[in-house]
Amino acid sequence: VTSEKDIISKEKGEGKAEGASEAVLYKIDVPANRYDLLCLEGLVRGLQVFKERINLPRYEKIIPAEGEGQKLIITAETVKIRPHAVAAVLRNITFTKERYDSFIDLQEKLHQNICRLVRALVAIGTHDLDTIPGPFTFTAKAPSEIKFKPLNQSQEYTASQIMDLYRTDSHLRHYLHLIENKPRYPVIFDSNGVVLSMPPIINGDHSKISLKTRNVFIECTGTDMTKAKIVLDIIVAMFSEYCEKQFTVEAVEVIYPNGKTHIYPELAYRKEKVKPELINKKLGISETPSSLAKLLTRMCLSSHITGNGNSIEIEIPPTRADVIHACDIVEDAAIAYGYNNIQMVIPKTYTIANQLPLNKLTELLRMDLAAAGFTEALTFALCSTEDIADKLGMDISATNAVHIANPKTAEFQVARTTLLPGLLKTIAANRKMPLPLKLFEISDIVVKDLTKGKRSSHLLACSVLPLDVLQQLLDQPKPILGRNIDFSLAFFTGSAFFPGRCAEIFARGQSVGKLGVLHPDVITKFELTMPCSALEINIEPFV
Amino acid sequence: MSPSVAELLLQRLERTPPGPEGGLCSLEAATALGLDHQTLVGAVKSLQALGEVIEAETRATTRWELSAEGEEVLRDGSPEVRLFHSVPSEGLPQSDAMKLPGAQVGFSKAMANKWLRLDKGAPGGPRIFRAVGAVQDVVQNSLRQVQDGNGDSLSERERTDLKRRKLLLEVGSWRKLPFKAYNFSALGLPPTCGHLHPLLKVRSQLRQIFLEMGFTEMPTDNFVESSFWNFDALFQPQQHPARDQHDTFFLQDPAEAPELPASYMARVKKVHSQGGYGSQGYKYEWKVEEARKNLLRTHTTSASARALYHLARQGKFTPVKYFSIDRVFRNESLDATHLAEFHQVEGVVADRGLTLGHLMGILQQFFTKLGISKLRFKPAYNPYTEPSMEIFSYHEGLKKWVEVGNSGVFRPELLLPMGLPESVSVIAWGLSLERPTMIKYGINNIRELVGHRVNLQMVYDNPLCRLDA
Repeated sequence: VTSEKDIISKEKGEGKAEGASEAVLYKIDVPANRYDLLCLEGLVRGLQVFKERINLPRYEKIIPAEGEGQKLIITAETVKIRPHAVAAVLRNITFTKERYDSFIDLQEKLHQNICRLVRALVAIGTHDLDTIPGPFTFTAKAPSEIKFKPLNQSQEYTASQIMDLYRTDSHLRHYLHLIENKPRYPVIFDSNGVVLSMPPIINGDHSKISLKTRNVFIECTGTDMTKAKIVLDIIVAMFSEYCEKQFTVEAVEVIYPNGKTHIYPELAYRKEKVKPELINKKLGISETPSSLAKLLTRMCLSSHITGNGNSIEIEIPPTRADVIHACDIVEDAAIAYGYNNIQMVIPKTYTIANQLPLNKLTELLRMDLAAAGFTEALTFALCSTEDIADKLGMDISATNAVHIANPKTAEFQVARTTLLPGLLKTIAANRKMPLPLKLFEISDIVVKDLTKGKRSSHLLACSVLPLDVLQQLLDQPKPILGRNIDFSLAFFTGSAFFPGRCAEIFARGQSVGKLGVLHPDVITKFELTMPCSALEINIEPFV
Repeated sequence: MSPSVAELLLQRLERTPPGPEGGLCSLEAATALGLDHQTLVGAVKSLQALGEVIEAETRATTRWELSAEGEEVLRDGSPEVRLFHSVPSEGLPQSDAMKLPGAQVGFSKAMANKWLRLDKGAPGGPRIFRAVGAVQDVVQNSLRQVQDGNGDSLSERERTDLKRRKLLLEVGSWRKLPFKAYNFSALGLPPTCGHLHPLLKVRSQLRQIFLEMGFTEMPTDNFVESSFWNFDALFQPQQHPARDQHDTFFLQDPAEAPELPASYMARVKKVHSQGGYGSQGYKYEWKVEEARKNLLRTHTTSASARALYHLARQGKFTPVKYFSIDRVFRNESLDATHLAEFHQVEGVVADRGLTLGHLMGILQQFFTKLGISKLRFKPAYNPYTEPSMEIFSYHEGLKKWVEVGNSGVFRPELLLPMGLPESVSVIAWGLSLERPTMIKYGINNIRELVGHRVNLQMVYDNPLCRLDA
């Protein structure tokens, strides 16, 4: 629950007494799209704005005078591996232990969240500006040409050595693959050639920030420009609170390979106009325009009424990158209003319901099969290749099965092409149950189609009993499938079945399934001890 | 309340030793209870109908009774003896003798017994004379035996004789022998029958609930789906965490979907990468190869997307209510309550002018039918809905609010590229099937419910699925 939500809905936080100090701890769930609430600073700020104790601070970037600002030069080599970079400076910042921890923590959370694909999208580096003279260069070099002392290490390593060094690190080893096999690794260094960082792996020890750091140089590099900009904006917005000139950020000039330049951070404010009726209509409430404007302002979306009072102009701050459409604004209004304050109304939509014919048939069949004494099973759609091939005496290529990429275990290698393995495994797992065991399942199998994996619905009845019990299901005067369906049986040689005791089932001129006594090999492979017979038919032709 | 006949019988039975050696004779019991035998038989039959309470055997015995004529003979003597005694020492003219009652039968019998002599040449017509000094009335004696209940002591021939003379009646009587009552409190044998799977029983009930509310079932007959329909069409960006291998089962073969609707896809591409329809978009480079990737669907919302697209293409918009309950696949970490496959329940309403209040209203109706009527809503985040709500209900047992579902209003970036009119809102909600089933039936490990390691005894014993009782 985010802070605002904490207030509106019932308190979802848990109170926990902690050891000596009786501080109450709250566990707060932050939704995945609210980067501005990932650190304590942002949460508190949001809460205070909500409670109308403060106004949302205005984040400003200060463009230094010509020649005084920092520069980040991007070279052409980065294009292939990590094309985008943005940077900013936090001037005259004061860190305390809590602030420092929070700063590091936010970077980690952002890495996990928005940067995703474990830092592939964006990697953040923060440095003590006073230790590194600019201008800075962001380029890509061969691993052997990169040498520096990584963060918290005691000696220098080349890039290749660093790869080896962190191969066993529980945290960093997941990122190595992002650059490992490339001819050149990304690297940022200062005007003295000292390495600031080798994104996305690790920063240099030389420029690491400490409690004493007064000026911070922040760089974000990555493969997604939009995300890189958002991440930078968030970090500086959150921690500029601790700068001497609160909520100001010193801009950095980024120079591209083609000579073009750009100033970062963007810290852009965007304006949107929304009609109050829209908000009221979408939510089912009726608030006045000014009341709506107030609600939105409390959600960090500063709003005021314009036009003839029939329009609300909303300013979306750079910390609210999650607001991309009017519906996001509508949701924020709802949150501020309080979801549980909205009146419930039954929609007047009049419709006649229809069942899907296949499901309707399935339900009828289930009832009749249970009445005939069969017990329903529900088995997995995913299984191993052996289950549908080897154990049934077939080759996997003949099954036309759909294969899963990178299955974690053998249990997830393929999607089932027959219901038989599932039922046989169920019997094997319930060996101790009294006989006879009569099971059935009506469910879907997946077969590769000309176009793509397709599914068809199957009925499988399986019994640890003589064959004729199953044959009755087809022969009875009002056979399970009803109507005047003529089933005919023809001898069939199937690898899963006992020779001479298997038949192919035909109805309406097409083959719809098989019936027979299972081959002893099948019985053994599924770890069964008693003879079994099975009937499997496709029910789709009967819909 | 006075005890019924059945109760009285049972009480008597209690006192007899169990099994076929013991028991009561129904005739005796009837007499002892002062009841008509037929009434007692009726009680026996109704007790038998209850099942394993008593056992009763019918023992047929034949009795003999005297006919009305037989009674007469018993009283007055057999006709032949009477005739004999009517003949004085000097004899009796036959014509006179024949006038005596019972003489017809008596004469032929007496003659056969050689008790009388007929002198045909006697003066004054044929004359009957006694042939022996005294006779025994055997017939009367026999009849007396029968009357006394000793019918068995007569020989077969004697009885046949008496029967022929219509002095004896054979009466079949049916005795009932109720045995010791069974123990009520012992468990009965379960009848052999089939069983439906608990999870699918819940599914049937939920289908029923949706149909009762006017929802039409959507086709969901594809476990395999393209990333396009599963993610992109739902405005879920291509870099979203759910789209990576850790959460989704991607397919090796077939790896790509061959056909995707071209113009629709172009609009989807635009709204992701550049925005449009009033949206800023996500502003990233949208790749068609990513959209083509085949996977096992992670939610049935992809089926809803297809259904809505189909709806948009039909021309004139008509309001709809759709539902689906089907299997979905997630590649997440597994534990006691999570499997790679589970069932998702989804409901969708598309109409003009729907509000968040309407969503809450229909949720209230839906969950009430599930037996849950105390609901609260909490803001949430889904890539494809805005506003989004998590639905909570108060669990009396646990004494806390638990999440029962997720819901929201579909984003315009999802609906408008399909071609749906701007005034149309689509509200939707979903929940898993497994969770309420496990709560309802008190199952703690999902593997006991779903899959081949199911506890079949649990399936056998599983009661009716009554959700709102």
